[in-house]
Parts: sequence; structure tokens; C-alpha cells
Amino acid sequence: MKWVNISMGAVTALVSVLSFSPVVAATEAAKDNVITVYSSRKEHLIKPLFDRYTAKTGTQVRFITDKAGPLMARLKAEGASTPADIFMTVDAGVLWQASEEDLFRKVDSPVLEAAVPANLQSAKDDWYGLSIRARTLVYSTDRVKPSDLSTYEALANDDWKGRVCLRTSKKIYNKSLVATMINTLGEEKTEAIVKGWVANLAAPPFSNDTKTMQGVVAGQCDVAVVNTYYYARLMKKDPQTPLALFWPNQDGRGVHINVSGAGITKHAKNPEAAQKLLEWLAGEEAQGDFAGLNQEYPVNKAVKPSPVVAAWGDFTADDINVEAAGRLQAAAVKLMDRAGYK
Amino acid sequence: MLSLSPIQKFVYRLNNSRRTARVLLSLPVWLMAIIVLIPIGVIVLSWLHPQTEVWQHLIETQLGFLLKNTIILFVGVGVWTLVFGVSLAWFVAMCEFPGRRWLEWALILPLAMPAYVFAFVMLGLMDYSGPVQTLYREWFGAKAYFPYMRGTFGILFVMTSVLYPYVYMLARSAFIHQGRSALDNARLLGLSPWASFFRVALPMARPAIAAGLSLALMETLADFGAVSIFNFDTFTTAIYKSWFGLFNITAAAQLASLLLLFVALALFTEQHFRRGKVHQNPLQHQRYQLSKTKAWATTLYCSTVVLLAFVIPVMQLIVWIVDAENLVWDQRFSELIKNTLVIGFSAAMIIVCVGLLVVFGRRLLGYRQNSGLLRIASMGYAFPGTVLAVGVMIPFAYIDRELGQPITRWLGVENDHVLLGSMTGLLLAYLIRFFSVALGPLSTSLERIKPVYQHISQTLGANQWSLVKRVYVPLMSSGILTALLLVLVDVMKEMPATLLLRPFGSETLAIRIYELTSEGEWEQAALPALVLVSLSILPVIIMIRRSGIRLRDKQ
Repeated sequence: MKWVNISMGAVTALVSVLSFSPVVAATEAAKDNVITVYSSRKEHLIKPLFDRYTAKTGTQVRFITDKAGPLMARLKAEGASTPADIFMTVDAGVLWQASEEDLFRKVDSPVLEAAVPANLQSAKDDWYGLSIRARTLVYSTDRVKPSDLSTYEALANDDWKGRVCLRTSKKIYNKSLVATMINTLGEEKTEAIVKGWVANLAAPPFSNDTKTMQGVVAGQCDVAVVNTYYYARLMKKDPQTPLALFWPNQDGRGVHINVSGAGITKHAKNPEAAQKLLEWLAGEEAQGDFAGLNQEYPVNKAVKPSPVVAAWGDFTADDINVEAAGRLQAAAVKLMDRAGYK
Repeated sequence: MLSLSPIQKFVYRLNNSRRTARVLLSLPVWLMAIIVLIPIGVIVLSWLHPQTEVWQHLIETQLGFLLKNTIILFVGVGVWTLVFGVSLAWFVAMCEFPGRRWLEWALILPLAMPAYVFAFVMLGLMDYSGPVQTLYREWFGAKAYFPYMRGTFGILFVMTSVLYPYVYMLARSAFIHQGRSALDNARLLGLSPWASFFRVALPMARPAIAAGLSLALMETLADFGAVSIFNFDTFTTAIYKSWFGLFNITAAAQLASLLLLFVALALFTEQHFRRGKVHQNPLQHQRYQLSKTKAWATTLYCSTVVLLAFVIPVMQLIVWIVDAENLVWDQRFSELIKNTLVIGFSAAMIIVCVGLLVVFGRRLLGYRQNSGLLRIASMGYAFPGTVLAVGVMIPFAYIDRELGQPITRWLGVENDHVLLGSMTGLLLAYLIRFFSVALGPLSTSLERIKPVYQHISQTLGANQWSLVKRVYVPLMSSGILTALLLVLVDVMKEMPATLLLRPFGSETLAIRIYELTSEGEWEQAALPALVLVSLSILPVIIMIRRSGIRLRDKQ
């Protein structure tokens, strides 16, 4: 039974090395000029930018990614001892919640104020949107004429019975969509609309936008509500896919938009450097890539969206302050539960 | 009484103050129970802050179907893993049929497939827009009936496919070890083959089957990945919803503590069925010869299971990899593989060592002692990973703040964290979560060693060291190996605790898969998923090889 002895020995050695190595690594990192980021925006969308920033300024950026909830719980638990300087996430509701739980600090930055439109940042100046994501309608070009479509609300009408596909109400994008509808239309009207959607569903809600669109392609349903970058991804894989985007509510409040964004943590160890990084991310140099890597829209008006995104044409966006998505999110979740939207 | 082992001498010496001996020997299990109780305590303490409004909402709109779905999943997975696990184990252990030798290990392979990977593969393949249904509609028309894949049937299929190997493995080794002499006697006494199976073989293998079943059930309760891919609402998804949607982590913790009721049910099931001894018949093991038709039918049955639960999903992963345009097999992959293996092995070694201390302590004390503590120590496996991770994180952060940082500052070392975000913390979290995975095979293999072996060796002059080296280790080796490899595979697949507690920069394959799947890029996730599956296959094959050799030695 040699393997027991050998592997025991080897791994004991391994473990003892392992248990101490991170301590050393962390010590080295803390001394230098390092910014620490907790991010629920995915690694492949942020790392290229951080790498560029490091190459340019010499400032190291280290990060961990996770879902927003666990990261916020970690920030809270760590309190004043957190290593995080920046919390970056992908939904205005989450940003609002982080601000509400006092995880951010106020930033005094004329650069950010100028770069980020007022409705895409916190009223308390403690977080800023960094890219815009539009949640709009996508339809089957085989079975739907664009003239049949008008608004999100219209999808609740009887002529769409059995023709609508939606992603699960558990996804934050849908929570924010419904939250902003509550803000504009009131709770009663919104609930009637959501009930109408549920009644018109062709299949129980999907777990992601791509699956939802594939439902439309396969003929399971005719129209869906998705974020545009998922559409971009699908079309890139197969440009012949019989799907097209539609900008709803153009005569009214406009297309629902949301942001990915970031703020500096209350207990940041390196707030000045963190602020410089955020200013750079919102600036003309980085915005093209920050949005472009995921085919989103830049928040900075001076920067044009990528050619792929620009080709979808201009649209009127709902100019409601995206903070409403956070304020009304719990109400939206409960409303969707009552309406039977799973 | 002359040739006592040092441990026994130690016990006897302390015999006058038996309490001291008992305390020392039960120290490991006490410690283990305490470190498991801390995060659970954090979760249960949430009831100090009642969330009336949220609960009212949950009861009015959600609780009914959540309970229904959770019970369907719990009972469904329980029944199906039993049916498949036990029947497959029986055929493979007791019957001779074509292809048995490779099916014997192939049937364990689904263990290497994380539930979340199987779930996305299964939906990619079988959902309305997937290739199977598309083809089906082309053949039979758009309105032809096809079972709905994202519902109960689909989720039960996925969970059963990845979880039956737990029951299969433990049942198989029980069947092999108990041999067939009791069965032959039963047949001689006039029982039919079926009756002898149900009335003799099955009751004898019950402890092992119960251990496998309780692992499968606990993993079912903890699963979030697969159910959320199916959008199948269970208690676990409700926990996440209260947390991420209603921003109410307290209500989430309260829901999580209700899971304890289900855990209790799983543990009760195990305890109930575990009663009874472990049987062993070291005599010759000869398999039943089946008639030709029956033998081939068995081959067909076993290979269909392997095909559905492993071959097809792996093929789909390969197809996705081949189809993908911008595959990145860069240097980072070797880094990911290295991290995954290093973290997996370290955790496996630690957990098995702690497990050994606990089972030896219990053996020396007598099994009736501390069984409650042991149940507590095993509970970590049933908690949804993220909930447990937060339960672990909160006390870790507290210890860091109040103890770790002052000490490191006093020592003059600058350091952000001692526990949270360090390898130590991550390994501790794995210990809490996967202790019960190691416990099953370790205690079963120790229970097989009759005290008489020890007495005989000592009569023959064996000292304590050679007793360990020549009796315990060889006899427990397959149990130790099984425990090591099971934990290794589980740790490599683990996602939520790794996400939340990992040190900066130590990415693993599971984390890479999370990054890609959370944005719906399943095809892109196929490569890391396949690498993870391949890494997990190796330990699984070693596991089988070892137990196979043991069997051949005997023949």
C-alpha cells in the first residue's frame, strides 16, 4: 500500500506550502500600488481593460468575480477590513442596493459627472454607470411584421396568445424592467400587464436570453424580450438567423435601459487610485472597449457604439433614473410572484 | 492482556478516569461538529429577526408549489437513484454478462459530470430548439407530441443520472463483500431468486445503500445550478430569490434553515436503514451465470445507462467544442488545471485525515457514542453552496477582524486576511461541506475490520505500528482511496464556496465554467467543462481499478 504513504507525504508537503503561500502573496500585493475590485461583471469583459490600464499606468488591478449578492455579503462582513476598493456590478438595482446598504463612498469627480449622464448615476454620487444595456423586443422575421409590434405592454394583448417567450422573472434584468414599469405605470396597471404576458406565454420562462431567442427561432413562439448583446452574439454565430430587434414604446417612454456600473467602497484602502481607474473607464479611451467587448452601449456620449451595435439604429431610451429599478425591485419581485411569472 | 497496543494501553491506563479518555477520543468528532455548527448557527440565528412581510408574501404566493417541487425532486431522485443504483450494482457485482468488466467502471463515470454541466448539455440537446426536437418535428410535423423537457421529467433525469453512481458504488462494493453464500443458502431453503434478492441480499447491503442514498439526497437538496438552468423552482431557488430579489438575506437564511427539516429527513432515512451490521464474507466470489438472452438484456440495460448518462453528454460537449469559433486554449488553461488539482488534492487529503481521526475515535469508544455529533458533522453537505459559503464567511470575517488582524499587525506582518480569501479558509469551508462524503466509505471500511483481526495480530506479536501498517491500512485502503477520490471529484466540481472564498487570482475550472454559463455562453463553457469531466474521470477510474484488483485477488 505504498501509494497511501507516498501520496500522504506528498500532499502533506503540498498542503503546508499552500496554507502559507497566499499570506505571502497578499502581503506583497498590499504594499504596492494595487487596486482591488470585487466584480459581478464577467472576467473576460473587464480583464482586457484592467490589463491595458496596468500597462499604461503601472497600477496593478486584482479582482475576484462572483454573483453580486455574495460579493455584497462579503463586503458587509468584512466591514472596515475589506481589501476591496471598487465594487463593480451589472444592474442598477444592485448598485442602488449597495448604496442603500452603505457600501459605497461619495465620489467627488467632475470627470465622472461629465462623462456619465445624470440618469445613469447615483443621486448620492456614490456610483456611476459605465455601460448601457437595452432590453428590447426581438421577433421572428418569418412570422411577425414589425408593424404588429408597438410596446412592451402590447405583448399582454390577446393577439399574442401563445406567441410570447420570456426569460425567468428571477433574472435581475426582468426585475428591473418591471420595477421601472411600476414607477411609470403604477402597480395595478403593471400587474395587469405582467399577468397578460404570463397568459400569452408559449412555454414556461427560460433560464437565459439565448435560450429564449432560440425558442423564437425554432418556432416555439414569435416574440421575446431580451438584452441586445445576446442578440448580437446569436447573430454573430449565424448572421442568417431569422430574428430582428424592435425598439418598443418609441412614442412613449422609450426602450428600457439598464447599466453596468461601479462605485468606490466605503472602506477602500486606495480610493484615489480607484477613482482614477473609474474616471479612465468612463473616459473616451476605455469606453469603446468597455461597452464594445460585450456589444453594449457606451455611457459616455462622446464615444460611438461599435459598428455592430450602431447598425441596429438609434432609439429613444427611457430616461427614468435607473435608481428606480433598485427602489422598486422588491415590489417588482412580489408583483411577478402574484402574477404567476416564474 | 500482555500485548496491548499503545492506544489500548492508553485507554486502559485512563480506565480509572474513563471520562478523560472519552473526552480525548471524541475530540475529533466534537471539533468537527463545532465547526459545522458555526455556519449553521449563523443561518439559524436569522430567526432572531422575523421577516413577517416577506413570509406573508412567500406563504401567499410561493410556498405551496415550492414545497411540492422540492418534495417531487427529493422523492423522485431518491426512488430513481435507488432503482438504478441498486439494480446496476447487483448485475455488475453478482452476474456475468458480456461487457461486464468495462461496464463495471463505465457506470461510475457520470459521477465525473457536474450536475450543472449535465443540465445545460441536456437542455441544449433536448429542449424545443435543440437538435433532437427539431429533427423530430421535421419527421413528424410541428404539432407532434414530445414530452416537455424543462419540467419534472427533465430535472429528475439529470439529477438521477449524475447521482445514481453514489448508490451504485457503495451498493456494488457491499454486494461484492457480502458474497453469495447467504444467497445460496436462501435458495437452497426454497426462496425464489427474486425473494432471495429482496429478503436476503438487499437487507444485508442496506447500510451501504443508505449511505449512498443519503449522499444523493443531500446533494439534491443543495443543488442550485441544475434546477436554475431548468427554471425549476425549489426551496433552494427561493432562498436565492429572497436574497437577490427581495434583498433580504435574513429571510433567505430563514428559508435555508427550513432546509434542515429535509436534511433531518435524509439523515433519518439513512439512520433508519443503516441499522444492522456490515456483512462480509471473504470467501470465494462467483458470479451467477445468466442465460444468453438475459445476459445480453443486462448488457443492453447497463450500456444504455452509460450511454444516456455519460457518453451522449460528453459527445455533445465535444461537438460544441469543435463547432466553437474562437476557442481559447491558452496558457491560462494549464493554470486552471493546476489550481483545480492542487486545491482538490489538498482538500481531499485534509478531509480524509480528519475523517480517519473521527472514525478511529468512534471505534475505540464504541459506536453508540457521539452518533448525534456525527450527524451534525455530516450536515454541511446538504446546504446550498452559496448559503453555506455565506454562513462560513460571516464568522471568518469576524475572526479575521477581531483576532487575525490584530495578531498579524502585532507580528509586524501586513496582511489583509488570515481566513477569508485565504487558502486556509477555503479548505476549511470544503471540510465543512464535504466531510460527510469521506465519512461514508471510511466508516464502512473500518466497520468491516472485525476486532478479532486486531486481537489475532496482537497475539501473533504485532506492535501498534505493524498493526496499522499491515492490518488497518491494507484492509481500509479501498475505503480510504474511495473517500479521497470522491472528495477530490466533489471539490473539483464545487462552485459557490470556491467563488466566494477563493484567494485572489486562484481561478479553477469550475469558476471558468461559471463565468461563461452565467451569461448563457454554454457552448463556450464546453471546453472547461470537458476538461473538468476528464480530470474527474481519472480518479473515478483509479477508484474502480483498485476495487477491481482486490476482487481479482480473491478469485
